[in-house]
Amino acid sequence: MSIDIDTARKVAKLSRIRVEEGDLPALAEKLSSILGFMEQLKDVDVEGVEPMTSVTPMRLKRRVDEVTDGSQQAAVLKNAPDAREGFFAVPKVVE
Amino acid sequence: MSANMTGANGWTIAAARDALRKGDVTAVDLTMACLTAIDAGDGLNAFVHKTPELALEQARAADARLAAGDAPAMCGIPIGVKDLFAVKGVPTQAGSNILRGFKPEYESTVTTKLWGAGAVCLGKLNMDEFAMGSSTESSCYGPAVNPWKVDARKLTPGGSSGGSAAAVAADLCLAATGTDTGGSIRQPAAFCGITGIKPTYGRVSRWGVVAYASSLDQAGPMTRSVRDAAIMLGAMAGHDAKDSTSADLAVPDFEAALSGDIRGKKIGIPREYRLDGMPGEIAALWDRGMDMMRDAGAEIVDISLPHAKYALPTYYVIAPAEASSNLARYDGVRYGHRARLAQGDGITEMYEKTRAEGFGPETQRRIMAGTYVLSAGFYDAYYNRARKVRALIKRDFEQAFAAGIDAILAPATPSSAFGLGEQGGADPVEMYLNDVFTVTLNLAGLPGVAVPVGLDAKGLPLGLQLIGRPWEEADLLNHAYVLERAAGFVAKPAKWW
Repeated sequence: MSIDIDTARKVAKLSRIRVEEGDLPALAEKLSSILGFMEQLKDVDVEGVEPMTSVTPMRLKRRVDEVTDGSQQAAVLKNAPDAREGFFAVPKVVE
Repeated sequence: MSANMTGANGWTIAAARDALRKGDVTAVDLTMACLTAIDAGDGLNAFVHKTPELALEQARAADARLAAGDAPAMCGIPIGVKDLFAVKGVPTQAGSNILRGFKPEYESTVTTKLWGAGAVCLGKLNMDEFAMGSSTESSCYGPAVNPWKVDARKLTPGGSSGGSAAAVAADLCLAATGTDTGGSIRQPAAFCGITGIKPTYGRVSRWGVVAYASSLDQAGPMTRSVRDAAIMLGAMAGHDAKDSTSADLAVPDFEAALSGDIRGKKIGIPREYRLDGMPGEIAALWDRGMDMMRDAGAEIVDISLPHAKYALPTYYVIAPAEASSNLARYDGVRYGHRARLAQGDGITEMYEKTRAEGFGPETQRRIMAGTYVLSAGFYDAYYNRARKVRALIKRDFEQAFAAGIDAILAPATPSSAFGLGEQGGADPVEMYLNDVFTVTLNLAGLPGVAVPVGLDAKGLPLGLQLIGRPWEEADLLNHAYVLERAAGFVAKPAKWW
Protein backbone atom coordinates (compact mmCIF):
# COMPACT_ATOMS: atom_id res chain seq x y z
CA MET A 1 0.00 0.00 0.00
CA SER A 2 1.39 3.38 -0.88
CA ILE A 3 0.37 6.87 0.11
CA ASP A 4 -0.82 9.10 -2.71
CA ILE A 5 -0.71 12.87 -2.76
CA ASP A 6 -4.31 13.26 -1.56
CA THR A 7 -3.65 10.99 1.41
CA ALA A 8 -0.45 12.86 2.23
CA ARG A 9 -2.39 16.14 2.16
CA LYS A 10 -5.05 14.67 4.45
CA VAL A 11 -2.52 13.25 6.93
CA ALA A 12 -0.70 16.60 7.06
CA LYS A 13 -4.00 18.30 7.78
CA LEU A 14 -4.90 15.81 10.52
CA SER A 15 -1.43 16.34 12.00
CA ARG A 16 -1.85 20.13 11.91
CA ILE A 17 1.38 20.55 9.97
CA ARG A 18 1.35 22.89 6.99
CA VAL A 19 2.88 21.26 3.90
CA GLU A 20 3.17 23.29 0.71
CA GLU A 21 1.48 21.74 -2.31
CA GLY A 22 4.82 21.37 -4.10
CA ASP A 23 6.26 19.37 -1.20
CA LEU A 24 3.47 16.78 -1.14
CA PRO A 25 4.90 14.36 -3.76
CA ALA A 26 8.20 13.97 -1.90
CA LEU A 27 6.35 13.58 1.40
CA ALA A 28 4.05 10.93 -0.07
CA GLU A 29 7.08 9.02 -1.33
CA LYS A 30 8.83 9.00 2.06
CA LEU A 31 5.66 8.09 3.95
CA SER A 32 5.08 5.27 1.47
CA SER A 33 8.56 3.93 2.16
CA ILE A 34 7.86 3.94 5.92
CA LEU A 35 4.48 2.31 5.38
CA GLY A 36 6.00 -0.30 3.07
CA PHE A 37 8.37 -1.18 5.89
CA MET A 38 5.41 -1.68 8.24
CA GLU A 39 3.76 -4.06 5.77
CA GLN A 40 5.98 -6.91 7.00
CA LEU A 41 3.68 -7.19 10.00
CA LYS A 42 1.03 -8.65 7.71
CA ASP A 43 3.13 -11.85 7.62
CA VAL A 44 2.67 -12.54 11.34
CA ASP A 45 -0.05 -14.85 12.58
CA VAL A 46 -1.69 -12.85 15.36
CA GLU A 47 -4.82 -14.98 15.64
CA GLY A 48 -6.02 -15.03 19.24
CA VAL A 49 -3.28 -12.68 20.51
CA GLU A 50 -4.35 -9.85 22.79
CA PRO A 51 -2.84 -6.46 21.90
CA MET A 52 -0.32 -5.37 24.52
CA THR A 53 -1.62 -2.61 26.77
CA SER A 54 1.17 -2.52 29.36
CA VAL A 55 4.70 -3.82 28.93
CA THR A 56 5.11 -4.55 32.64
CA PRO A 57 2.03 -6.04 34.22
CA MET A 58 1.24 -3.65 37.02
CA ARG A 59 -1.78 -2.17 38.65
CA LEU A 60 -1.71 1.59 38.50
CA LYS A 61 -1.32 3.05 41.95
CA ARG A 62 -4.12 5.08 43.42
CA ARG A 63 -3.83 8.03 45.71
CA VAL A 64 -6.16 10.08 47.83
CA ASP A 65 -8.29 12.40 45.69
CA GLU A 66 -6.99 15.69 46.97
CA VAL A 67 -5.29 18.78 45.60
CA THR A 68 -1.51 18.42 45.89
CA ASP A 69 -0.31 21.29 43.75
CA GLY A 70 -1.53 24.54 42.29
CA SER A 71 -1.55 28.33 42.53
CA GLN A 72 1.34 28.55 40.10
CA GLN A 73 -0.12 30.89 37.51
CA ALA A 74 3.08 32.86 37.00
CA ALA A 75 5.18 29.72 36.52
CA VAL A 76 2.63 28.19 34.14
CA LEU A 77 2.54 31.32 31.97
CA LYS A 78 6.28 32.01 32.13
CA ASN A 79 7.11 30.31 28.80
CA ALA A 80 3.98 31.33 26.89
CA PRO A 81 4.57 33.03 23.51
CA ASP A 82 1.68 35.38 24.31
CA ALA A 83 0.22 35.72 27.82
CA ARG A 84 -2.05 38.55 28.84
CA GLU A 85 -3.81 39.33 32.10
CA GLY A 86 -3.13 35.89 33.50
CA PHE A 87 -4.27 33.98 30.41
CA PHE A 88 -2.77 32.36 27.32
CA ALA A 89 -3.66 34.52 24.33
CA VAL A 90 -4.49 33.01 20.91
CA PRO A 91 -5.97 34.33 17.65
CA LYS A 92 -9.73 34.64 17.46
CA VAL A 93 -11.32 31.18 17.58
CA VAL A 94 -15.03 31.96 17.14
CA GLU A 95 -16.25 34.35 14.44
CA MET B 1 47.72 11.25 24.29
CA SER B 2 47.31 14.89 25.14
CA ALA B 3 47.06 16.34 28.61
CA ASN B 4 43.32 16.56 28.12
CA MET B 5 43.09 12.79 28.09
CA THR B 6 45.06 12.27 31.25
CA GLY B 7 43.42 15.03 33.28
CA ALA B 8 40.81 14.56 35.97
CA ASN B 9 38.06 15.09 33.39
CA GLY B 10 39.07 11.69 32.01
CA TRP B 11 38.58 9.80 35.26
CA THR B 12 35.90 7.26 35.96
CA ILE B 13 33.18 8.07 38.47
CA ALA B 14 34.60 5.40 40.77
CA ALA B 15 38.12 6.87 40.68
CA ALA B 16 36.84 10.41 41.16
CA ARG B 17 34.62 9.35 44.06
CA ASP B 18 37.55 7.75 45.84
CA ALA B 19 39.85 10.73 45.19
CA LEU B 20 37.20 13.19 46.35
CA ARG B 21 36.62 11.26 49.56
CA LYS B 22 40.36 11.07 50.23
CA GLY B 23 40.69 14.77 49.58
CA ASP B 24 43.13 14.25 46.69
CA VAL B 25 40.96 16.45 44.47
CA THR B 26 38.10 18.87 45.05
CA ALA B 27 34.79 18.92 43.21
CA VAL B 28 35.68 22.44 42.06
CA ASP B 29 38.97 21.19 40.53
CA LEU B 30 37.19 18.35 38.82
CA THR B 31 34.50 20.69 37.52
CA MET B 32 37.06 23.21 36.25
CA ALA B 33 38.88 20.44 34.38
CA CYS B 34 35.64 19.48 32.66
CA LEU B 35 34.64 23.08 31.89
CA THR B 36 38.04 23.64 30.25
CA ALA B 37 37.66 20.45 28.21
CA ILE B 38 34.13 21.45 27.19
CA ASP B 39 35.28 24.85 25.93
CA ALA B 40 38.06 23.16 23.98
CA GLY B 41 35.56 20.64 22.61
CA ASP B 42 33.19 22.94 20.75
CA GLY B 43 34.18 21.21 17.49
CA LEU B 44 32.29 18.13 18.69
CA ASN B 45 29.04 20.09 19.13
CA ALA B 46 28.22 17.83 22.10
CA PHE B 47 27.36 20.46 24.72
CA VAL B 48 24.66 22.73 23.32
CA HIS B 49 23.87 24.71 26.48
CA LYS B 50 26.69 25.17 28.97
CA THR B 51 25.98 25.89 32.65
CA PRO B 52 29.37 26.82 34.18
CA GLU B 53 27.90 29.01 36.93
CA LEU B 54 25.45 26.35 38.07
CA ALA B 55 28.27 23.78 37.89
CA LEU B 56 30.63 25.77 40.11
CA GLU B 57 27.87 26.55 42.61
CA GLN B 58 26.99 22.84 42.84
CA ALA B 59 30.69 21.88 43.02
CA ARG B 60 31.26 24.21 45.99
CA ALA B 61 28.22 22.71 47.73
CA ALA B 62 29.57 19.21 46.99
CA ASP B 63 32.93 20.11 48.50
CA ALA B 64 31.14 21.27 51.65
CA ARG B 65 29.28 17.97 51.84
CA LEU B 66 32.49 16.02 51.28
CA ALA B 67 34.19 17.98 54.05
CA ALA B 68 31.27 17.23 56.36
CA GLY B 69 31.51 13.53 55.56
CA ASP B 70 28.04 13.49 53.99
CA ALA B 71 28.93 12.40 50.49
CA PRO B 72 26.91 9.90 48.43
CA ALA B 73 28.71 8.20 45.54
CA MET B 74 27.77 10.84 42.97
CA CYS B 75 28.77 13.78 45.20
CA GLY B 76 31.02 16.16 43.29
CA ILE B 77 30.84 14.17 40.02
CA PRO B 78 30.45 16.52 36.99
CA ILE B 79 28.01 15.17 34.42
CA GLY B 80 26.25 16.24 31.24
CA VAL B 81 22.49 16.05 30.78
CA LYS B 82 20.73 15.07 27.56
CA ASP B 83 18.64 17.99 26.30
CA LEU B 84 15.52 15.87 26.87
CA PHE B 85 15.59 16.29 30.68
CA ALA B 86 13.97 19.36 32.19
CA VAL B 87 16.50 21.29 34.27
CA LYS B 88 14.93 24.27 36.00
CA GLY B 89 15.93 27.58 34.47
CA VAL B 90 18.20 25.92 31.86
CA PRO B 91 17.17 25.70 28.17
CA THR B 92 15.49 22.36 27.51
CA GLN B 93 14.69 21.97 23.84
CA ALA B 94 14.78 18.24 23.10
CA GLY B 95 16.94 19.23 20.13
CA SER B 96 13.96 21.01 18.54
CA ASN B 97 13.32 24.52 17.29
CA ILE B 98 9.75 24.22 18.54
CA LEU B 99 11.08 24.48 22.11
CA ARG B 100 13.51 27.31 21.38
CA GLY B 101 13.74 29.57 24.40
CA PHE B 102 11.91 27.13 26.69
CA LYS B 103 13.28 27.19 30.23
CA PRO B 104 11.34 24.82 32.46
CA GLU B 105 9.98 26.04 35.74
CA TYR B 106 10.44 22.54 37.14
CA GLU B 107 13.09 19.83 37.41
CA SER B 108 12.90 16.26 36.09
CA THR B 109 12.88 13.53 38.73
CA VAL B 110 16.12 12.02 37.39
CA THR B 111 18.04 15.29 37.64
CA THR B 112 16.43 16.09 41.00
CA LYS B 113 17.82 12.79 42.29
CA LEU B 114 21.25 13.38 40.73
CA TRP B 115 21.62 16.90 42.14
CA GLY B 116 20.32 15.60 45.47
CA ALA B 117 23.13 13.04 45.41
CA GLY B 118 25.62 15.86 44.86
CA ALA B 119 26.24 15.52 41.13
CA VAL B 120 27.33 18.65 39.22
CA CYS B 121 25.49 19.87 36.10
CA LEU B 122 27.88 20.94 33.32
CA GLY B 123 25.17 21.61 30.73
CA LYS B 124 22.83 20.13 28.16
CA LEU B 125 23.86 17.62 25.51
CA ASN B 126 23.04 17.35 21.82
CA MET B 127 20.54 14.79 20.55
CA ASP B 128 18.28 13.96 17.63
CA GLU B 129 15.12 16.07 17.68
CA PHE B 130 12.69 14.56 20.20
CA ALA B 131 15.04 11.54 20.38
CA MET B 132 13.97 10.50 16.87
CA GLY B 133 17.08 9.35 15.09
CA SER B 134 20.28 7.33 15.17
CA SER B 135 22.87 9.95 14.22
CA THR B 136 22.01 13.33 15.91
CA GLU B 137 21.63 14.70 12.37
CA SER B 138 18.00 15.64 13.07
CA SER B 139 19.08 18.00 15.88
CA CYS B 140 18.17 21.68 15.60
CA TYR B 141 21.71 22.43 16.82
CA GLY B 142 23.32 20.56 13.93
CA PRO B 143 24.91 17.14 14.40
CA ALA B 144 27.21 16.16 17.22
CA VAL B 145 30.50 14.70 16.02
CA ASN B 146 32.09 11.43 17.13
CA PRO B 147 35.51 12.01 18.76
CA TRP B 148 36.65 8.84 16.96
CA LYS B 149 38.05 9.75 13.56
CA VAL B 150 40.10 7.57 11.23
CA ASP B 151 40.15 9.52 7.96
CA ALA B 152 39.05 12.89 6.62
CA ARG B 153 35.38 12.21 7.35
CA LYS B 154 33.52 13.35 10.41
CA LEU B 155 31.60 10.45 11.89
CA THR B 156 28.31 10.35 13.72
CA PRO B 157 28.40 9.56 17.44
CA GLY B 158 25.11 7.70 16.87
CA GLY B 159 21.82 8.78 18.29
CA SER B 160 19.65 9.85 19.70
CA SER B 161 21.88 10.31 22.79
CA GLY B 162 24.84 11.14 20.53
CA GLY B 163 25.92 14.28 22.38
CA SER B 164 26.02 12.27 25.61
CA ALA B 165 28.15 9.53 24.07
CA ALA B 166 30.52 11.97 22.34
CA ALA B 167 30.98 14.01 25.54
CA VAL B 168 31.77 10.96 27.68
CA ALA B 169 34.12 9.45 25.08
CA ALA B 170 35.95 12.78 24.61
CA ASP B 171 36.39 13.30 28.37
CA LEU B 172 34.25 16.44 28.46
CA CYS B 173 32.39 15.05 31.47
CA LEU B 174 32.69 11.98 33.68
CA ALA B 175 29.30 10.60 32.67
CA ALA B 176 26.02 11.67 31.12
CA THR B 177 22.33 10.91 31.18
CA GLY B 178 20.76 9.35 28.12
CA THR B 179 17.37 8.00 27.13
CA ASP B 180 16.57 4.93 25.09
CA THR B 181 13.33 4.38 23.16
CA GLY B 182 14.65 2.02 20.48
CA GLY B 183 18.40 1.96 21.13
CA SER B 184 19.23 5.59 21.81
CA ILE B 185 21.58 4.82 24.72
CA ARG B 186 23.15 1.59 23.46
CA GLN B 187 23.79 2.47 19.80
CA PRO B 188 25.68 5.74 20.53
CA ALA B 189 27.54 4.05 23.41
CA ALA B 190 28.71 1.37 20.98
CA PHE B 191 29.67 3.94 18.31
CA CYS B 192 31.77 5.93 20.81
CA GLY B 193 33.37 3.09 22.78
CA ILE B 194 31.59 3.69 26.09
CA THR B 195 29.10 1.83 28.29
CA GLY B 196 25.37 2.53 28.40
CA ILE B 197 22.47 0.77 30.08
CA LYS B 198 18.77 0.99 29.31
CA PRO B 199 17.05 -0.16 32.51
CA THR B 200 13.83 -2.15 32.77
CA TYR B 201 10.82 -0.06 31.74
CA GLY B 202 9.61 1.53 34.98
CA ARG B 203 12.95 1.41 36.84
CA VAL B 204 13.65 5.12 36.26
CA SER B 205 11.03 7.87 36.43
CA ARG B 206 10.04 9.53 33.16
CA TRP B 207 8.69 12.62 34.93
CA GLY B 208 10.21 15.75 33.45
CA VAL B 209 11.71 13.87 30.49
CA VAL B 210 10.27 15.20 27.22
CA ALA B 211 8.06 12.37 25.94
CA TYR B 212 8.65 10.63 22.61
CA ALA B 213 6.97 7.19 22.87
CA SER B 214 5.79 6.79 26.44
CA SER B 215 5.47 2.99 26.49
CA LEU B 216 9.09 2.62 25.33
CA ASP B 217 11.06 5.60 26.73
CA GLN B 218 13.47 4.89 29.56
CA ALA B 219 16.39 6.92 30.91
CA GLY B 220 19.77 5.51 31.87
CA PRO B 221 23.42 6.36 32.47
CA MET B 222 26.18 6.59 29.84
CA THR B 223 29.59 6.07 31.38
CA ARG B 224 33.21 5.01 30.89
CA SER B 225 32.86 1.72 32.78
CA VAL B 226 30.32 -0.82 33.92
CA ARG B 227 31.05 0.08 37.55
CA ASP B 228 30.24 3.71 36.77
CA ALA B 229 26.98 2.66 35.14
CA ALA B 230 26.10 0.73 38.30
CA ILE B 231 26.90 3.71 40.53
CA MET B 232 25.00 6.24 38.44
CA LEU B 233 21.99 4.02 37.80
CA GLY B 234 21.65 3.65 41.57
CA ALA B 235 21.35 7.42 41.84
CA MET B 236 18.81 7.72 38.99
CA ALA B 237 16.48 4.81 39.75
CA GLY B 238 13.54 4.44 42.08
CA HIS B 239 9.81 4.83 42.44
CA ASP B 240 8.29 8.23 41.74
CA ALA B 241 4.69 9.08 42.57
CA LYS B 242 4.74 11.56 39.68
CA ASP B 243 5.22 8.76 37.10
CA SER B 244 2.43 6.20 37.38
CA THR B 245 4.47 3.71 35.33
CA SER B 246 7.49 3.84 37.64
CA ALA B 247 7.76 0.65 39.66
CA ASP B 248 7.45 0.64 43.43
CA LEU B 249 10.39 -1.68 43.90
CA ALA B 250 13.47 -1.34 46.07
CA VAL B 251 16.60 -0.21 44.22
CA PRO B 252 19.38 -2.75 44.85
CA ASP B 253 23.04 -1.82 45.32
CA PHE B 254 24.05 -2.35 41.70
CA GLU B 255 27.74 -1.80 42.37
CA ALA B 256 27.81 -4.41 45.13
CA ALA B 257 26.50 -6.95 42.61
CA LEU B 258 29.69 -6.70 40.51
CA SER B 259 31.29 -9.92 41.74
CA GLY B 260 32.76 -10.89 38.40
CA ASP B 261 31.46 -14.42 38.93
CA ILE B 262 29.10 -15.80 36.28
CA ARG B 263 30.05 -19.46 36.61
CA GLY B 264 27.14 -21.71 35.73
CA LYS B 265 25.10 -18.88 34.18
CA LYS B 266 23.34 -19.58 30.90
CA ILE B 267 23.94 -17.06 28.11
CA GLY B 268 21.43 -17.21 25.26
CA ILE B 269 22.53 -16.59 21.67
CA PRO B 270 19.47 -15.75 19.57
CA ARG B 271 19.87 -17.40 16.18
CA GLU B 272 17.54 -14.90 14.50
CA TYR B 273 20.05 -12.14 15.21
CA ARG B 274 22.52 -13.70 12.78
CA LEU B 275 21.23 -11.65 9.89
CA ASP B 276 21.89 -12.32 6.24
CA GLY B 277 24.68 -10.06 5.18
CA MET B 278 25.94 -9.43 8.71
CA PRO B 279 29.43 -7.95 8.33
CA GLY B 280 32.17 -10.44 9.13
CA GLU B 281 33.65 -8.18 11.76
CA ILE B 282 30.38 -8.02 13.68
CA ALA B 283 29.96 -11.80 13.53
CA ALA B 284 33.56 -12.29 14.67
CA LEU B 285 33.10 -9.85 17.56
CA TRP B 286 30.00 -11.71 18.65
CA ASP B 287 31.90 -15.02 18.55
CA ARG B 288 34.68 -13.49 20.65
CA GLY B 289 32.09 -12.32 23.17
CA MET B 290 30.76 -15.87 23.43
CA ASP B 291 34.28 -17.16 24.05
CA MET B 292 34.80 -14.58 26.79
CA MET B 293 31.61 -15.61 28.57
CA ARG B 294 32.45 -19.29 28.15
CA ASP B 295 35.96 -18.76 29.52
CA ALA B 296 34.37 -17.10 32.56
CA GLY B 297 32.47 -20.30 33.27
CA ALA B 298 29.12 -19.52 31.66
CA GLU B 299 27.28 -21.90 29.39
CA ILE B 300 26.49 -20.70 25.86
CA VAL B 301 23.02 -21.77 24.73
CA ASP B 302 21.46 -21.42 21.29
CA ILE B 303 17.99 -19.85 21.63
CA SER B 304 15.21 -18.75 19.31
CA LEU B 305 13.34 -15.44 19.38
CA PRO B 306 11.11 -16.14 16.37
CA HIS B 307 9.41 -12.74 16.28
CA ALA B 308 12.58 -10.67 16.70
CA LYS B 309 12.70 -9.96 12.97
CA TYR B 310 9.40 -8.09 13.26
CA ALA B 311 10.64 -5.83 16.06
CA LEU B 312 11.73 -2.99 13.81
CA PRO B 313 8.47 -2.64 11.82
CA THR B 314 6.52 -3.04 15.08
CA TYR B 315 8.54 -0.23 16.61
CA TYR B 316 7.99 2.01 13.60
CA VAL B 317 4.23 1.69 14.05
CA ILE B 318 4.05 2.02 17.82
CA ALA B 319 6.65 4.75 18.40
CA PRO B 320 5.28 7.19 15.76
CA ALA B 321 1.72 6.48 16.94
CA GLU B 322 2.63 7.46 20.49
CA ALA B 323 4.71 10.38 19.23
CA SER B 324 1.84 11.78 17.18
CA SER B 325 -0.20 11.91 20.38
CA ASN B 326 2.58 13.16 22.68
CA LEU B 327 3.72 15.88 20.30
CA ALA B 328 0.19 17.26 19.85
CA ARG B 329 1.02 19.48 22.83
CA TYR B 330 3.38 21.63 20.73
CA ASP B 331 0.79 24.00 19.40
CA GLY B 332 2.33 27.44 19.93
CA VAL B 333 0.02 28.27 22.83
CA ARG B 334 1.65 27.39 26.13
CA TYR B 335 5.39 27.28 25.48
CA GLY B 336 7.99 27.31 22.75
CA HIS B 337 7.77 28.64 19.24
CA ARG B 338 4.75 30.35 17.71
CA ALA B 339 4.73 31.23 14.02
CA ARG B 340 4.30 34.83 12.91
CA LEU B 341 0.77 35.01 11.58
CA ALA B 342 -0.59 36.73 8.49
CA GLN B 343 -3.58 39.03 8.44
CA GLY B 344 -6.74 36.99 8.91
CA ASP B 345 -5.00 33.83 10.14
CA GLY B 346 -7.02 31.94 12.72
CA ILE B 347 -6.06 29.35 15.29
CA THR B 348 -5.79 26.50 12.76
CA GLU B 349 -3.27 28.47 10.68
CA MET B 350 -1.40 29.19 13.91
CA TYR B 351 -1.15 25.48 14.72
CA GLU B 352 -0.20 24.47 11.19
CA LYS B 353 2.41 27.16 10.62
CA THR B 354 3.89 26.79 14.11
CA ARG B 355 4.32 23.03 13.72
CA ALA B 356 5.66 23.31 10.15
CA GLU B 357 8.29 25.83 11.27
CA GLY B 358 9.13 24.26 14.63
CA PHE B 359 9.44 20.56 13.81
CA GLY B 360 12.23 19.24 11.59
CA PRO B 361 11.53 16.88 8.65
CA GLU B 362 12.00 13.56 10.48
CA THR B 363 9.79 14.62 13.39
CA GLN B 364 7.13 15.78 10.93
CA ARG B 365 7.29 12.44 9.12
CA ARG B 366 6.94 10.44 12.31
CA ILE B 367 4.01 12.53 13.51
CA MET B 368 2.31 12.03 10.16
CA ALA B 369 3.10 8.29 10.00
CA GLY B 370 1.72 7.96 13.53
CA THR B 371 -1.37 9.96 12.66
CA TYR B 372 -1.93 7.71 9.67
CA VAL B 373 -1.69 4.41 11.56
CA LEU B 374 -4.08 5.72 14.22
CA SER B 375 -6.59 7.13 11.74
CA ALA B 376 -10.00 5.61 11.13
CA GLY B 377 -9.79 2.58 8.86
CA PHE B 378 -6.11 1.86 9.58
CA TYR B 379 -6.08 1.54 13.36
CA ASP B 380 -6.72 -2.21 13.36
CA ALA B 381 -4.56 -2.99 10.34
CA TYR B 382 -1.47 -1.21 11.70
CA TYR B 383 -1.63 -0.08 15.31
CA ASN B 384 -3.57 -2.97 16.84
CA ARG B 385 -1.66 -5.50 14.77
CA ALA B 386 1.64 -3.98 15.96
CA ARG B 387 0.49 -4.23 19.58
CA LYS B 388 -0.29 -7.92 19.03
CA VAL B 389 3.12 -8.58 17.48
CA ARG B 390 4.65 -6.70 20.40
CA ALA B 391 2.95 -9.16 22.78
CA LEU B 392 4.49 -12.04 20.78
CA ILE B 393 7.96 -10.44 20.87
CA LYS B 394 7.72 -10.17 24.64
CA ARG B 395 6.51 -13.77 24.92
CA ASP B 396 9.60 -14.99 23.02
CA PHE B 397 11.81 -13.47 25.72
CA GLU B 398 9.64 -14.82 28.54
CA GLN B 399 9.96 -18.33 27.12
CA ALA B 400 13.75 -18.00 26.87
CA PHE B 401 14.03 -16.82 30.45
CA ALA B 402 11.60 -19.50 31.65
CA ALA B 403 13.92 -22.08 30.07
CA GLY B 404 16.70 -20.90 32.39
CA ILE B 405 18.52 -18.28 30.33
CA ASP B 406 20.18 -15.67 32.57
CA ALA B 407 21.24 -13.16 29.92
CA ILE B 408 21.25 -12.83 26.14
CA LEU B 409 24.34 -11.79 24.19
CA ALA B 410 23.98 -9.97 20.86
CA PRO B 411 25.73 -7.34 18.77
CA ALA B 412 24.84 -3.75 19.69
CA THR B 413 24.89 -2.31 16.17
CA PRO B 414 25.09 -3.65 12.61
CA SER B 415 28.24 -1.57 11.90
CA SER B 416 30.71 0.83 13.45
CA ALA B 417 30.05 4.59 13.29
CA PHE B 418 29.20 5.89 9.82
CA GLY B 419 29.99 9.26 8.31
CA LEU B 420 27.75 12.26 8.81
CA GLY B 421 25.42 12.63 5.83
CA GLU B 422 25.93 9.06 4.64
CA GLN B 423 22.63 7.47 5.68
CA GLY B 424 18.90 8.07 5.38
CA GLY B 425 19.06 10.97 2.95
CA ALA B 426 16.98 9.32 0.25
CA ASP B 427 15.10 6.74 2.30
CA PRO B 428 14.39 7.23 6.04
CA VAL B 429 14.14 3.45 6.50
CA GLU B 430 17.91 3.10 5.86
CA MET B 431 18.54 5.00 9.10
CA TYR B 432 15.92 2.96 10.97
CA LEU B 433 17.92 -0.24 10.33
CA ASN B 434 20.55 0.96 12.83
CA ASP B 435 18.18 -0.10 15.61
CA VAL B 436 17.81 -3.69 14.41
CA PHE B 437 19.58 -5.25 17.43
CA THR B 438 18.52 -2.76 20.08
CA VAL B 439 14.82 -2.13 19.50
CA THR B 440 13.56 -5.60 20.42
CA LEU B 441 14.06 -5.24 24.13
CA ASN B 442 12.37 -1.83 24.33
CA LEU B 443 9.24 -3.52 23.00
CA ALA B 444 9.59 -6.18 25.71
CA GLY B 445 10.44 -3.65 28.45
CA LEU B 446 13.70 -5.46 29.26
CA PRO B 447 17.03 -4.04 30.46
CA GLY B 448 19.99 -4.01 28.06
CA VAL B 449 23.57 -2.82 28.29
CA ALA B 450 26.11 -2.02 25.58
CA VAL B 451 29.78 -2.66 26.41
CA PRO B 452 32.75 -1.73 24.18
CA VAL B 453 34.56 -4.90 23.19
CA GLY B 454 36.98 -4.07 20.38
CA LEU B 455 37.99 -2.01 17.38
CA ASP B 456 37.17 -2.82 13.78
CA ALA B 457 39.75 -2.92 10.99
CA LYS B 458 39.33 0.84 10.51
CA GLY B 459 40.11 1.46 14.18
CA LEU B 460 36.56 2.32 15.27
CA PRO B 461 34.90 0.94 18.41
CA LEU B 462 32.44 -1.92 18.31
CA GLY B 463 30.18 -2.98 21.17
CA LEU B 464 28.26 -6.00 22.28
CA GLN B 465 24.95 -5.97 24.02
CA LEU B 466 23.68 -8.01 26.95
CA ILE B 467 19.95 -8.31 27.62
CA GLY B 468 18.69 -9.25 31.07
CA ARG B 469 15.61 -10.39 32.92
CA PRO B 470 13.15 -7.69 34.00
CA TRP B 471 14.21 -5.88 37.20
CA GLU B 472 17.51 -7.78 37.31
CA GLU B 473 19.82 -4.97 36.23
CA ALA B 474 22.19 -5.95 39.05
CA ASP B 475 22.76 -9.41 37.58
CA LEU B 476 22.87 -7.94 34.05
CA LEU B 477 25.57 -5.43 35.06
CA ASN B 478 27.58 -8.26 36.59
CA HIS B 479 27.51 -10.08 33.26
CA ALA B 480 28.57 -6.83 31.56
CA TYR B 481 31.38 -6.46 34.09
CA VAL B 482 32.72 -9.89 33.14
CA LEU B 483 32.56 -8.98 29.44
CA GLU B 484 34.27 -5.65 30.10
CA ARG B 485 37.13 -7.25 32.02
CA ALA B 486 37.62 -9.98 29.43
CA ALA B 487 37.55 -7.52 26.52
CA GLY B 488 39.95 -5.11 28.22
CA PHE B 489 38.87 -2.24 25.98
CA VAL B 490 41.08 0.73 26.88
CA ALA B 491 41.40 2.56 23.54
CA LYS B 492 40.64 6.28 23.49
CA PRO B 493 40.11 8.57 20.52
CA ALA B 494 43.16 10.66 19.60
CA LYS B 495 42.35 14.33 20.13
CA TRP B 496 41.81 16.18 16.83
CA TRP B 497 39.10 18.64 17.85
